[in-house]
Amino acid sequence: MTSAASLPQPAGFRAWLLSPEPASRWQARLGRAYLGWRTFTKNPLAVFGLCIVLLLLLVAVFANFLAPYSPIAGGDLRTARLLPPSAAHWLGTDDQARDIYSRVIYGSRITLWVVLLVSVIATPIGLLVGTVAGYLGGWVDTVLMRLTDIFLAFPRLVLALAFVAALGPGIENAIIAIAITSWPPYARIARAETLMVRNSDFIAAVKLQGASTPRIIFGHVVPLCISSVIVRVTLDMAGIILTAAGLGFLGLGAQPPMPEWGAMVATGRNYLIDQWWVAAMPGLAIFVVSLGFNLLGDGLRDVLDPKAAK
Amino acid sequence: MSRGGGHVSALRSFLKKIAQFVIVLATTLLGLVAVTFFIGRVVPIDPVIAIVGDRAPAHVYARVRQELGLDLPLIQQFWIYLKKAVSGDFGNSVLTTNPVLTDIVNVFPATLELATLGTIIGTLIGIPLGVLAAVKRGTLIDQCVRVLGLIGYSIPIFWLGLMALLLFYAKLGWVEGPGRLDVTYSYMYTPVTGIVLIDTLMQGQMDAFWNAVSHVTLPACLLGYFSLAYISRMTRSFMLNELAQEYVIAARVKGLSEIRVIWRHALRNAAVPLITVIALSYAHLLEGSVLTETIFAWPGLGQYITNSLQNADMNAVLGGTLVIGAAFVVLNLMSDLLYRLLDPRTRS
Repeated sequence: MTSAASLPQPAGFRAWLLSPEPASRWQARLGRAYLGWRTFTKNPLAVFGLCIVLLLLLVAVFANFLAPYSPIAGGDLRTARLLPPSAAHWLGTDDQARDIYSRVIYGSRITLWVVLLVSVIATPIGLLVGTVAGYLGGWVDTVLMRLTDIFLAFPRLVLALAFVAALGPGIENAIIAIAITSWPPYARIARAETLMVRNSDFIAAVKLQGASTPRIIFGHVVPLCISSVIVRVTLDMAGIILTAAGLGFLGLGAQPPMPEWGAMVATGRNYLIDQWWVAAMPGLAIFVVSLGFNLLGDGLRDVLDPKAAK
Repeated sequence: MSRGGGHVSALRSFLKKIAQFVIVLATTLLGLVAVTFFIGRVVPIDPVIAIVGDRAPAHVYARVRQELGLDLPLIQQFWIYLKKAVSGDFGNSVLTTNPVLTDIVNVFPATLELATLGTIIGTLIGIPLGVLAAVKRGTLIDQCVRVLGLIGYSIPIFWLGLMALLLFYAKLGWVEGPGRLDVTYSYMYTPVTGIVLIDTLMQGQMDAFWNAVSHVTLPACLLGYFSLAYISRMTRSFMLNELAQEYVIAARVKGLSEIRVIWRHALRNAAVPLITVIALSYAHLLEGSVLTETIFAWPGLGQYITNSLQNADMNAVLGGTLVIGAAFVVLNLMSDLLYRLLDPRTRS
């Protein structure tokens, strides 16, 4: 493999990637990834979405360098309040004389943080419930799936609202509430995938070798379900962002003075008619980022599930 | 299948479906009640202190605690809660002092009015757009419909609402602003159905009617757009599925006009799954109304829930959540049942 990988010409590398007889598992995987990438890049909208998401990542990482002002401390309340966009304040200032551009830049960190944490909490729950239900079947399946259906039956924002109302407002509780409302679709998908593999020969072979049920589920079933669940999570990320922003808008998410985009729109609502930029700019940021995730998710689905693309 | 036996077995399978439907409905609703009960119990607010205040002597505290049933085991408390919920007793709202159910009955028509108009707009525009995109697959039109849908999926509803208010109400003055009706008109009719458009129209108050239309236009179009994004996308995918079937080729070979093939033959077959989609989008609009109503000061269930939330009125929040959840469940299951009844392929 080392000799093949060190081929000098890109054409040779491509041939190696597309080889119909891969010499190793890595070569086969890289080859598949390359084919997927080629399909993906054929879709300009998906590439655009990827660019937005990458840009979000970069902005969040380099927020310290990109933001000219502090996101929390405001300027002079007598002279710098509610200024329209200008060279000094690209997106204007808000009612606390804070630079909106800097706040939007720092807000990207909160958005990214919410999306990451919700995925990290909700994905394992969904995977666990779905694979256990699908693999064990019987009454376990019935009970777990009824539970899933009950959570699916609640409209997401309303359930999250009720949870946050109970737990108290705040970014952590908002994340927990969104995660609680996010896992059911993942469990459904994981169960469907599990049902497809549970009767296959390799599972029977592992069983014959004496593997325990947890070992089969975690070692053999879960890895096969992960990719479809991850696609679904990616498709969901825009929804997660919108729900978090909605909670923030209602004052139940991140608390002031945190520069959360939804909460910033809520502040701007008071100055909508004369100082439209206070509400418009952070809302635009929510829109662009969730559009990016939607475009990316759409493109990923086309790559990973050719059936759905047709 | 003999004729008489066929009818009997068809009836039997139909009854079986109804029974299944009722069981699923009952367990899901039970689950909803359990979830709201659980949420109500994790609230950090002590309900006793909320009533007697934190300076009450210990015996008063203990008596109120007993009166509220908080000294009973959890399962017994749940049983009481369930019995009350089934009879429609969600307790009293702290904010309005009315029973929560009375409040909900008062505000629900406003939400229903908005969600219904939104669904009508979304269906009337979304289906033709979806059909057009499927027929012109891969062209610029298809891409435009796709992008229009993606924007609908991505845009925060509360922000779009604010921007629409800013443009069409504050700057252009084309429509009336927040609220359902101007104060001048609000006493010109007697509420009967609770749906202002119907009430004013039936009582011949045309000025009030047009005022109400002007108020409802913006929020209804907003919800309609979100419904359109979903419906057009699903219509496109159903139509692509149908247009690839052999009966479409047969219809074309027979020499039918393309319009007839698409609208009479293909769309008719796509109509059954579309009903499910429309019901689902209707259910989602009930949810979307929470944010929309807040922005447009629309006195419906969504605004009721958010107002109660901000005043820590948990009875009202949980009652409202339960009602939206129940409406959601019933709409979902109804659409499923309708699908089974209408699609001959599911009758086996």
